[in-house]
Amino acid sequence: MSSDVPRGDALFEYAPAPESRDVVDIKPAYGLFIGGEWVDGSSETRSKTIDPSTEEPLAEVVWADAADVDRAVAAARKAHDEVWGPMPGRERAKYLYRLARLIQERSRELAVLESIDNGKPIRESRDVDLPLVAAHFFYHAGWADKLEYAGYGPDPRPLGVAAQVIPWNFPLLMLAWKIAPALACGNTVVLKPAETTPLTALAFAELCRQADLPPGVVNIVTGAGETGRLLVEHPGVDKVAFTGSTEVGKQIARAVAGTAKRLTLELGGKAANIVFDDAPLDQAVEGIVNGIFFNQGHVCCAGSRLLVQETVAEEVLDRLKVRMATLRVGDPLDKNTDIGAINSAAQLERIRALSEIGEREGAERWSPPCELPSRGFWFAPTVFTGVAQSHRIAREEIFGPVLSVLTFRTPAEAVEKANNTPYGLSAGVWTEKGSRILWTAQRLRAGVVWANTFNKFDPAAPFGGYRESGFGREGGRHGLGAYLAGAQR
Amino acid sequence: MGAEERAARLATRSIKTTAKAEAIDLAIGMVDLTTLEGADTPGKVRAMCAKAVHPDPTDPEVPRVAAVCVYPDLVAEAVRAVEGSGVGVAAVATAFPSGRAPLEAKLADTRAAVAAGATEIDMVIDRGAFLAGDYMKVWDEIVATREACGDAHLKVIFETGELATYDNVRRASWLAMHAGADFIKTSTGKLSPAATLPVTLVMLEAVRDFRARTGRRVGVKPAGGIRTTKDAIKYLVLVNETAGPDWLDPAAFRLGASSLLNDLLMQRQKLRTGVYAGPDYFTLD
Repeated sequence: MSSDVPRGDALFEYAPAPESRDVVDIKPAYGLFIGGEWVDGSSETRSKTIDPSTEEPLAEVVWADAADVDRAVAAARKAHDEVWGPMPGRERAKYLYRLARLIQERSRELAVLESIDNGKPIRESRDVDLPLVAAHFFYHAGWADKLEYAGYGPDPRPLGVAAQVIPWNFPLLMLAWKIAPALACGNTVVLKPAETTPLTALAFAELCRQADLPPGVVNIVTGAGETGRLLVEHPGVDKVAFTGSTEVGKQIARAVAGTAKRLTLELGGKAANIVFDDAPLDQAVEGIVNGIFFNQGHVCCAGSRLLVQETVAEEVLDRLKVRMATLRVGDPLDKNTDIGAINSAAQLERIRALSEIGEREGAERWSPPCELPSRGFWFAPTVFTGVAQSHRIAREEIFGPVLSVLTFRTPAEAVEKANNTPYGLSAGVWTEKGSRILWTAQRLRAGVVWANTFNKFDPAAPFGGYRESGFGREGGRHGLGAYLAGAQR
Repeated sequence: MGAEERAARLATRSIKTTAKAEAIDLAIGMVDLTTLEGADTPGKVRAMCAKAVHPDPTDPEVPRVAAVCVYPDLVAEAVRAVEGSGVGVAAVATAFPSGRAPLEAKLADTRAAVAAGATEIDMVIDRGAFLAGDYMKVWDEIVATREACGDAHLKVIFETGELATYDNVRRASWLAMHAGADFIKTSTGKLSPAATLPVTLVMLEAVRDFRARTGRRVGVKPAGGIRTTKDAIKYLVLVNETAGPDWLDPAAFRLGASSLLNDLLMQRQKLRTGVYAGPDYFTLD
């Protein structure tokens, strides 16, 4: 079957159909958003955020220092104590609804901005990220005046000031996951976007002004790891929420230990996508492709370990290779693009290094023939076969478009291998048999288990991990608990 | 990640203008121009056949369609009308569209059409038997019809709207291909939903897998509800990325349609001249 890999371009050439960049207005430099105003940072350290598909600089951002973080936390405290905390839930809801509608109105602009700054295909930013961002604000707006019915006591109170540090893979979506529940529960926030993808968070700051959100309720400070450290260690902070790498998550856990700060961590993963021999194979292949190549594999819950039953392994791999050959890698703003640019040179280096380790360890590497642009950060979709649990590519999070394929013989072995990882964020199960789905899902140690689908998100569904994938839940009723006093984590 | 999601995603591919011109010509050459009404007359069939041979009287460059598709009793008329043009004559046989007749009647229907000169037979499967789980009956009927066809090509219509699930579509595809179908076809066009992109995707996956296993290329024909050039191109993209470019060939992919042809001609002229002509500039045969 691999002999007739469709190479469609013979007859059909798809036309480049790029979204226009004109819809976005990027300033040459940005300050910090504190107390509802744009302020210059007191630090001299600055960096340029670049378009990873071209390496062109987009804008300069300042790295907030201790004085800046002080100011931001103070502004958030004041807003919490005087305005946002005492405000009735039904009033807070109006602001959240307004933000949600503004996001919808400006979704095209935000989607293009996200794709430029992050490198993800416009199809994903437009069809996945932005609709979910708006959905998170709508969903939590609905909770704001109903918190007493959420099961956290008759009069749930906000925690205070939340320090939120988010990653670069879904910049605006992670902002929404953090800010929407915090605000709905009456907290104010200081949020630090990742240094490589600050632009949509800064655009969101503008949106807060447009929505007349009271000053200080949302504060955005830009910077790298040091700014993040200053923020989470700040004594004026009541709650820390972090999404990012397990390594940084551990540092934060250590920093917060012994304080009264509440903590939620959403960290890495090495999810198993389990394909049983009775699965609908074409759909499973779509799910495998979506699981690992969605967002260039920059997904903490990516299905990066394919566990396929040995009886169908060959067939699944043949089909997977045929399907991978149709993936289109290139300009993120082209709506025909399936796989965009890797977000940064550093991440590309990490993906390369781990892939080389995979080869050295004896796994077989395969990529479809695909031409990569000469400028920018690119990595062809890659699959490793003959991978064993003892290989590093089966254990470490690569966070790129690299799939490791392992086989299993029995359902028990599948579960054993799937759970044999320090992580536990997500998993996928593919089988036509409902009872097998339930049997497997009950035994998997993962925060989310998708059955016959993958990478499906909904603001009403709690998301979070086991063990080194973090703790706490985001989304749904459970997610509110992370932002309410008296609630168990 | 089901068939629906994948089909919807492929439907957003954008085609190069030059490729679009080729795609339109290809699509015209894949059309099975169809009239299947109780009110069909020899005159109506002759008119349609004229259109099939020369879709656009003002432009001899326009390719002819693949075939005309008529009821068995009008085959002779159609054969006369398309003689020497290379346009095939397909007849819907086997008690089309319901398939509710004894096998002998279905076979007689088929033989009569073939005897009258039909080069292709579009049969319907017995959906009642299929849904009752009597796959052997469906199988036997296809095999018997195949035999009755002689040299004529056999297209097997599933009426996917009645089979209802993608699993059934896949199962029916597999069954028909093994029983000897040259083409598998979505629908009669008499029922809504007729052809849809996800159903066609499932069938394209089936023919792709069947060739990988047996080496034989079976064609696919979505029919019913395909009205615009945009629709037709979505189907071609689906073919291209699912079964592969080998199926971008009238011998392996057909579009069962009637009003689609004029839209293809209109878009073709628009690409050539830059302007849209009104509907009166395209013949209504």
